[in-house]
Amino acid sequence: MTPTYYLLLSALLFTIGAVGVLVRRNAIVVFMCIELMLNAVNLSLVTFARIDGRLDGQVMAFFVMVVAAAEVVVGLAIIMSIFRTRRSASVDDSNLLKY
Amino acid sequence: MTGTHLAAPAAQVQEATGLAGSAWLLILFPVIGAVVLLFGGKRTNAWGHLLGCATIVASFGYGVLLFFSSTGTAAGERVQNVSLFDWIPVESLQVEFGLRIDPLSISFVLLITGVGALIHIYSIGYMADDPDRRRFFGYFNLFVAAMLILVLGNGFVTLYLGWEGVGLASYLLIGWYTHRPSAATAAKKAFLMNRVGDVGLAIAIFIMFAELGTTQYTEVFAAIGDGQLSPGTITALTLLLLLGACGKSGQFPLQSWLPDAMEGPTPVSALIHAATMVTAGVYLIARANPIYLQSEDGRLVVTIIGAVTLLIGCIIGCAYDDIKKVLAYSTVSQIGYMMLAVGLGPVGFALGIAHLLTHGFFKAGLFLGAGSVMHGMNDEVDMRKYGGLWRVMPITFATFGLGYLALIGIPPFSGFFSKDAIIEAAFGEEGWRGWVFGGAALLGAALTAFYMTRLMFMTFFGKQRWKELKSEDGRDFHPHESKPVMWLPMAVLAVGSIGAGWFFSSGDRLTDWLTPSFFQVEKEVGHTVIPHAVIPWLVVGLSLLGVLLAWLVVGRRAVPVEKPEPVSFPVRAARRDLYGNALNETLIARPGTWLARALVYVDNKGVDGLVNGIAAGLGGSSGRLRRLQTGFVRSYAMSMLFGSILVIGAFLAVRYA
Repeated sequence: MTPTYYLLLSALLFTIGAVGVLVRRNAIVVFMCIELMLNAVNLSLVTFARIDGRLDGQVMAFFVMVVAAAEVVVGLAIIMSIFRTRRSASVDDSNLLKY
Repeated sequence: MTGTHLAAPAAQVQEATGLAGSAWLLILFPVIGAVVLLFGGKRTNAWGHLLGCATIVASFGYGVLLFFSSTGTAAGERVQNVSLFDWIPVESLQVEFGLRIDPLSISFVLLITGVGALIHIYSIGYMADDPDRRRFFGYFNLFVAAMLILVLGNGFVTLYLGWEGVGLASYLLIGWYTHRPSAATAAKKAFLMNRVGDVGLAIAIFIMFAELGTTQYTEVFAAIGDGQLSPGTITALTLLLLLGACGKSGQFPLQSWLPDAMEGPTPVSALIHAATMVTAGVYLIARANPIYLQSEDGRLVVTIIGAVTLLIGCIIGCAYDDIKKVLAYSTVSQIGYMMLAVGLGPVGFALGIAHLLTHGFFKAGLFLGAGSVMHGMNDEVDMRKYGGLWRVMPITFATFGLGYLALIGIPPFSGFFSKDAIIEAAFGEEGWRGWVFGGAALLGAALTAFYMTRLMFMTFFGKQRWKELKSEDGRDFHPHESKPVMWLPMAVLAVGSIGAGWFFSSGDRLTDWLTPSFFQVEKEVGHTVIPHAVIPWLVVGLSLLGVLLAWLVVGRRAVPVEKPEPVSFPVRAARRDLYGNALNETLIARPGTWLARALVYVDNKGVDGLVNGIAAGLGGSSGRLRRLQTGFVRSYAMSMLFGSILVIGAFLAVRYA
């Protein structure tokens, strides 16, 4: 088990997340893809921590989890309230803030 | 002119002592008068006019004392300098405020304060009905003070101070009747046209400072005498000073403001626009004689300007019906004679000043007479409405008549002596110049006789046309003789018209007296192009011919009340000031307007265009950039992604390349 595979997995997950954010319209799915990217990063952080034999990366991964948890709370609340007023969860419908 | 030899100035400049040392009192009196009257307000109304006269009389008295103390000294000691204070002490620019007391300035002081005092007294009567009489006297005192600074200053900058001061007073007084738009326009016109001339004078002073580092008469003249300036610079100086003189003295091509200046009250016309201020140009050239003596071209131009102006003035004077405008054009032409004289060089300076002094007397007298006629005729100036006034205004008629005889140069009245001398000197020039200038002066004498006789006939003789007419405000005319306070000054001036010329010229009295102010000239009877003895006969003969012609044209028949129309081309041209205004309009005003329009165009399209273009460009491009904000979250995310990739790519490129 070389660390390379973990890193490849992390890159794969990140790419899936990024493509998901770019191509999907449903806000919930976009949101989940963001989580996916965060966790892909977590995976690479932990992997590097393991490679270097230091705890910095693992500590950082915990921070990311905390931030992600907070973000989920706020993000879901926003999506909920938008859905309530507009009866839609499509990110393309919420395009009023423009030129 | 032949056989003149220029020596050093006749008199060395000395520091003044005694009376001359306190000559600043001359200026102080009218300054006090002006300050008290202009700042004193209404409480000086009751006695303001008396104070105004008293200050001028005091100055005149001092001037007379100064004159006698000067004649009491040797001719070599008559040029005195009074240093008062350092006016502008800046590094290399050192301007001293001081006075120069010499025969030339004393002559002017006597003319200004003497004629000035008489006209001040006359104004008590003339302005009696004006509610602002006190302010009028304040302005008049201001004028006299400025004029005295002009003639007494010992440097060109001091002269310039007085020069602008009289311009201001002239402006204020021409526009005296502020409710009349024509008066306001005339005042503005006078001010602006004077500025044109002043630019010339100012540049001349700048050149003196730049080339010589000084503007005091003594130093400038000494430096020019030493040949420190190139001939070209001297000629430029003479022409620029001449431009200044033309502006102030109403000479061609800046003559057209002077007749319009007659919008002011008549005493103003008499004092400022006939006797004193307008002669400042002649004074300037006479004062700057050491400069003019170095430049024959400069003198020639002065003479030509004088000859042209004297003819222009005479021709237009023949066509006007407005009594004051005729006198104004007469002033223009008489100053033309003076310019002609001072342009002739060493012989001419004293002759020009002599004519200036006699002219000051008789022209002031004529104007006061015209004022007296207007006073009796409800301020009517159209001579076609006068006629037969000698019966009702005998004193005015007598004094005016004496002034008239002096002006047209009938011996033994004063104008004959001074004008005849100028004509003789003009014929004394060599070759074509003698013929041209002498001929012009001679023709001018005949024309002067014609238009003045026409004026006399239309005003004082013939049918009393005013009996069937009403003035513009609907009143009948009741002409009457003026009060003694008005006719007494006229009588004094009339005495001057009789005696002054003979007094000045007998035994070359005035010439000798003025000599210390000018370069010494070896007197030789110049040879003239036509025999010397014939000229006076020619002058008188042609003048009488002019009188006869005027009698044939005007005196013999009834004068129509309405202007005859249509008239021949010369009359039409003369009525339109020989197109003097049109000339200014075409040469100065139109190009000026075009220039202004072109500048406006450049400003609007060029400068504003640049500024507005930058703003519009920025606005337009940001309007396009704004379109990037689509509102689609996913496109923002995409740009973030690619941005991040670019940054990371850049880092990697730096790291591994």
